[in-house]
Amino acid sequence: MRAAGLHLGLVGLLLAAHFVLPAYHHGVLARVMVLAAYATGYNLLFGYTGLLSLGHAMFFAAGMYGAGLGVRFLALDPGLALLAGVAAGALLGLAVGLLALRTAGVAFMIVTLMFAQATHLGILLAGRWTRGDEGFVLQGPERVVLGLDLGDAAIRYLAAWALFSAVLLLVLRLVSLPAGRVLVAIRENEERARLLGYDTRAHKLRAVVLSAAIAAAAGAAYALLFGYVGATFASVQYSILPLLWVLLGGAGTVIGPFLGTLLMFYLIDTASGLTPAYMLVAGLALVLLTLFAPQGLAGEVRRRLAPWLP
Amino acid sequence: MLRLEAVDAGYGPVRVLRSVSFDVAAGEVHCLLGRNGAGKTTALRAIMGLLPLASGRIRFGGAEIGRLPPHRVPRLGIGYVPQGRRLFAELTVAQNLEIGRMARGAPARAVAAALDLFPRLADRLGQRAGTLSGGEQQMLAMARALCLEPRLLLLDEPTEGLQPSMIRAIRDAVAELKARGVGVLLVEQRIDAVLALADRATFLENGRCLGTLTAAELQAAPDLLRQRLGV
Repeated sequence: MRAAGLHLGLVGLLLAAHFVLPAYHHGVLARVMVLAAYATGYNLLFGYTGLLSLGHAMFFAAGMYGAGLGVRFLALDPGLALLAGVAAGALLGLAVGLLALRTAGVAFMIVTLMFAQATHLGILLAGRWTRGDEGFVLQGPERVVLGLDLGDAAIRYLAAWALFSAVLLLVLRLVSLPAGRVLVAIRENEERARLLGYDTRAHKLRAVVLSAAIAAAAGAAYALLFGYVGATFASVQYSILPLLWVLLGGAGTVIGPFLGTLLMFYLIDTASGLTPAYMLVAGLALVLLTLFAPQGLAGEVRRRLAPWLP
Repeated sequence: MLRLEAVDAGYGPVRVLRSVSFDVAAGEVHCLLGRNGAGKTTALRAIMGLLPLASGRIRFGGAEIGRLPPHRVPRLGIGYVPQGRRLFAELTVAQNLEIGRMARGAPARAVAAALDLFPRLADRLGQRAGTLSGGEQQMLAMARALCLEPRLLLLDEPTEGLQPSMIRAIRDAVAELKARGVGVLLVEQRIDAVLALADRATFLENGRCLGTLTAAELQAAPDLLRQRLGV
């Protein structure tokens, strides 16, 4: 009950922020919410299931290109394009999961990294449609759904809020269900879970597909809300970022990925206004946080104050 | 109920079990005895499908289970409590029990029946498993396996490293399981426990079966027991 109240409170706070934030922070928060949805999907696999993927950018990109190419070449409306993006990510997740889950640990990290690199290269090689490294912009008329222009700041914020809220509450519900506890059991001790009668490979595959679908939804939303589809989002940097956001906010907590994404965004934003070596400042802050709050922000809160935090 | 017939198994090219045969009847406490490295834990892992059989057969309730994937074996009604307990430390006591119950779709009363055996756990349902004492963790590991409502329970040195009061509680639980008709295959190094609980005992040495004795034969030959266990 407390957990539901806290997360609904965050959803309400973010909605209220729409009415009071100045334009700059309003825009930043819209972007943070989309990327936090991506991190929340990543956390489902890493934080709850214990599978460290270094290739999640491929799922974000699958959603982004699934939606972007659907709009550009099939004239899909943004609603259908979002679904196409999610389907592309989920199918890629299924294919990658079937192969990558034959491995474990470091090998799983390397295999997912290789698949992501292949996806990135595939996007670059298919430049005739994807425009390679340069990417392409979705024009204003291509981003109108039911008469609503997704490029409008208010609509964009509310759409990002709706996506983030849906993902947050979906994951909160999932981890409170028995199926979510089985994921935690697999993270804690996969052999023991198997010896209780769980087909752990099937559970992990479902987690990969769901995590990929959420990442793809975030990728599709990013393309539709911010109007740009680019290969940078398939690069290794976008596989590392959700890992950092999740570690910073608290792996295996529902609210952690949002906190991590928000903190990292503003940390880099503030540091870049102070010095050209802003990544050094961000790095130092990360080192300090890792030293003094190794379980991440929400993880430390759970350890010290709120053991009920999911 | 469980029958191993000339089982050869091991780790990769290393053969640990060589032509091992024994059986466990319903409601029987059958001890598996031997010195360290004799192959006792390997036999339990082979039964659970964690090791491929090089040859031989393992049958449970008449069905061949020796080549089933590990997650299928518990669903047939075999619970396994390995050495070292291996709980889900981040989950609460209640969640650990629920995970055990759900795996085989056992009814909710399975949790209540397991808690009847270990009432101490009922006071700690909301506590994270990793914060329990060693004895309580062992109780939870057994209770979680019992939530499957198994017909046969494999226990690998359940009293190792526990204080006397906890050892008594575990022994009482094994006796109660026997009374409920659950078969128990028990790996145990404590002679007093073996003499108190075992209906039969099978001796392993260097992966080979040396023979099976009944409770009466064990009681009559405690020296043989000491010699075979190396204590």
